[in-house]
Amino acid sequence: MDTIYALATARGRSGLAVVRISGPGALAAGLALCGSLPAARVAGLRRLTWGGEVLDEALVLSFAEGASFTGEAVVELHCHGGPAVVGAVLRALSAQPGLRLAEPGEFTRRALENGVLDLAQVEGLADLIDAETEAQRKQAVRVLSGSVGQKVEGWRRDLIRAGALLEATIDFADEDVPVDVSPEVLVLIDGLMADLGREAAGVSAAERIRDGFEVAIVGAPNAGKSTLLNQLAGREAAITSEIAGTTRDVIEVRMEIAGLPVTFLDTAGLRDTEDRLERAGIERALARAEAADLRLFLADGSALPLEPSGDDLVVIGKSDTISGASGLAVSGKTGAGVPELMARIGEILDARVGSAGALVRERHRVAVTTAIAALAESRAEVVRPDSRVELAAEHLRQAVRALDALVGRVDVDDLLGEIFASFCIGK
Amino acid sequence: MKHYDVIVIGGGHAGAEAAAAAARMGVSTALVTLRIETLGAMSCNPAIGGLGKGHLVREIDALDGVMGRMADRAGIQFRLLNRRKGPAVQGPRAQIDRRLYREAMRAELLATPGLDIIEGEVSGLRLVGGAVSGVVVASGVELASGRVVLTAGTFLNGVIHIGDQRMSGGRMGDSPSRVLASQLAELALPVGRLKTGTPPRLDGRTIDWARLESQPGDETPVVFSFLNRVPEARQISCGITHTSEATHQIVRDNLGRSAMYGGHIEGVGPRYCPSIEDKVVRFADKTSHQVFLEPEGLDDHTVYPNGLSTSLPEDVQHAYIRTIVGLEETVILQPGYAIEYDYFDPRGLQQTLETRAVPGLYFAGQINGTTGYEEAGAQGIVAGMNAAAASCGRSPIEFSRTNSYIGVMIDDLTSRGVTEPYRMFTSRAEFRLTVRADNADRRLTPMGLDAGCVSGARRVAFETKLDALETGRQALSAAMIGPKALNEVGIAVSRDGAKRSAYDVLSLPGAELDLLENSFPAYQMLGREVLDQLQIDSTYDQYSDRQSKEVADLRRQETQRIPKGFDYGSISGLSNELKQKLARAQPESILHAQRIEGVTPAALLLLLGHLRKSAERLAG
Repeated sequence: MDTIYALATARGRSGLAVVRISGPGALAAGLALCGSLPAARVAGLRRLTWGGEVLDEALVLSFAEGASFTGEAVVELHCHGGPAVVGAVLRALSAQPGLRLAEPGEFTRRALENGVLDLAQVEGLADLIDAETEAQRKQAVRVLSGSVGQKVEGWRRDLIRAGALLEATIDFADEDVPVDVSPEVLVLIDGLMADLGREAAGVSAAERIRDGFEVAIVGAPNAGKSTLLNQLAGREAAITSEIAGTTRDVIEVRMEIAGLPVTFLDTAGLRDTEDRLERAGIERALARAEAADLRLFLADGSALPLEPSGDDLVVIGKSDTISGASGLAVSGKTGAGVPELMARIGEILDARVGSAGALVRERHRVAVTTAIAALAESRAEVVRPDSRVELAAEHLRQAVRALDALVGRVDVDDLLGEIFASFCIGK
Repeated sequence: MKHYDVIVIGGGHAGAEAAAAAARMGVSTALVTLRIETLGAMSCNPAIGGLGKGHLVREIDALDGVMGRMADRAGIQFRLLNRRKGPAVQGPRAQIDRRLYREAMRAELLATPGLDIIEGEVSGLRLVGGAVSGVVVASGVELASGRVVLTAGTFLNGVIHIGDQRMSGGRMGDSPSRVLASQLAELALPVGRLKTGTPPRLDGRTIDWARLESQPGDETPVVFSFLNRVPEARQISCGITHTSEATHQIVRDNLGRSAMYGGHIEGVGPRYCPSIEDKVVRFADKTSHQVFLEPEGLDDHTVYPNGLSTSLPEDVQHAYIRTIVGLEETVILQPGYAIEYDYFDPRGLQQTLETRAVPGLYFAGQINGTTGYEEAGAQGIVAGMNAAAASCGRSPIEFSRTNSYIGVMIDDLTSRGVTEPYRMFTSRAEFRLTVRADNADRRLTPMGLDAGCVSGARRVAFETKLDALETGRQALSAAMIGPKALNEVGIAVSRDGAKRSAYDVLSLPGAELDLLENSFPAYQMLGREVLDQLQIDSTYDQYSDRQSKEVADLRRQETQRIPKGFDYGSISGLSNELKQKLARAQPESILHAQRIEGVTPAALLLLLGHLRKSAERLAG
């Protein structure tokens, strides 16, 4: 196994830069630069020298094999963040035999291969590093901490139990095992189906937390959509003018509301027009608005080809020019009503992510839905009056295989173990 | 010095199948056994078959092996287990008359052309340059052969325990093969220790049968061999009784005197065959356990009380037997005992059951950590066929998890090893809906024909059956039946107007053959045997379609070969621990590698990538 090293923090000028070394030669490499290493997991200040030259003064940490992020021996050099310093340290490491620059993602891959992280945790880690908002961070931390693992541990136990009950009646027909195991099997299957169903439903919410919501601002031309967008963005993101139909393309502004990533879409004003260019813009606006998670209608009394539905918001625009408007009114120009609008959007979106569960990826959702279908078939077989237990068991196996990627492989040894622990087999 | 193509050591169930298979393949074969008298002896319970085990017997028979035919001759109570469940999980089982079986087996082997039976104890292997070149018999006679199948059963360092008494030996009354054992020890193959137990044998004349529940055989017995239709011997019933609280109390009071609980035994016993001590300790809340009283033969008074295996001292056995209903006056003919023995870690074997360490040396049966006559016989046929094939320079005959229980067992043993005596269960076979006892011939007889181990008579019978099935299937697939007609005879289907083929109708709920034969002409000309088979096929057809992708995946993994001596050290990104594990296990395929504990999907990807790269390098 090679020893690998790389800059663990972002490139460029910064206060600190962390160089990480992992592998069997990590401690030796650290020693060669630092002269001596502090005790494991204790920070120590060391002068980094190479070829008789002082490279930097750095805070040095070391981790023993089996007690580090990668599972291997690891040394971290917290240097000063200048490009020249980092360059010199990396060069010094490259000069040592048996060391090479890590490939992208290689530290994490080693953590996976050494069993320090499971696949879901690796995904969680990637999400954590990419997290921009508070809700994203919380979700990623939840996944990284192994919440998927705990959840699936329970499913796994139930699947093994249900499988063992069915298999016991097949393989130990002559023994002292209960003849009718269907009541317990049904309880287990029903519980699993309900649980998995909830999780599948939560995946899209979780995906939103990770990938963000889209809120489309729609309305007639000159309703003040672009002005409102600029007010939200705090900058001139969109060109505004008195001329109706100024906005042709969809303009996006990304921001955080209530800890959630939200992209506002400013779209072309909706109206009938002969202008081919404007019409193309309107078609695009309609398509994006329909696909968005939420629509914000800026009402000015004109009829629109799109109707508000569900949680969609209808607000009065240009509130600075009218008085006595009832309902939520905003002014892009003065900013009046904007904080209230933001709070309202935050409430709506926050309610939607409430259902996010442990599963956060499409891959998870597909696995879970396939498993639910197989469980339903197994259940149907168990409740049949002339139930064919070998088919019920087969469908259950399919469910287990579908969840394989999540719960890990359920082996026949797991089933037999459960059978032998529960029933006195051996006539 | 006399030369044989294949020499088989041991005349138990593995040895008998190995020797017979090699001889059927036309190579000169010798079977060396301690005593010709004990060929085919059943040293444990007097029964063959069962769930998973019955599947193995059918597969042995499909390859023209001996066990199924002998069991049909000696069977005295036939029961098809799981008769009320689906055919995929039904297993034929029979109580066997020990003497009839032994006699039938001895006659069969002695009459097998090309097979010499030699009585004597093998005292050692002849090795040349690390490979096998023959055996030395204790009389001093040497036999030459490049292919030796060792089926030593429990004889290697066997120790028998009755209470705190211990004696070395294989079965009761046989002498252990010490010399051979010490030679094998020098080969430094990885060894483990297992134990198994037997119950006391009872005198049936002292059992009060009138007070016991009687378990008769099936009204229409289902036999083992595809060549047979009915049993030969007279049929009898078994008895069923139960232990009582008094039994358990005696066992509890004397636990410390049991070899198992007194700390005399280090070997691991099977969880599915616990001793009475185990049952009382582990399931303390159960007030009674089932005991099957199985007669050992038609003219034999000995009764085998299945469920009472023990290593308690003799006086305790006498005491607790008499607390059981119907056994109050019963006399013990031979006390129960536990036996500990060495087995060789089967991960040291190739799929052909040839040892990796010693070219030309094959292991089959209990020596590989399995238990049961059927498991032993199935390994025997694999080793015998492969030793014969290798002796004439032919390529290995390999079984797959996708086509047989034999394949499941060989793969389990060679890739995962054993932690307790290995026994077959249907749940071990992931494709059990398509790999069934009823179609063992269609799965394996063609393979046997290719290998040359199937006789002409069986070939004819098999081909006739295939023809009849194919004709029947075509006729039924061409005949269409409308929903109205089906509903009229009580088979509920939706009245969507779509007609179904008579073949598909077979799989509908409520499609009883009597009903179909009486109601629709399409079924009337085919005969019950063909209809029975087609109904099973039709029922599971949709599952075989569903499973075909999984089968293909598994097949691909099986065929992704890892070259012998592959250098795992060269794979960067693989942990040292895994590198060492893989180097030690030397998996033959990706499938094998995947089943090694600790091999992660990520590691498999690395391995696959590396294999592909080296294949490209070779091609380029």
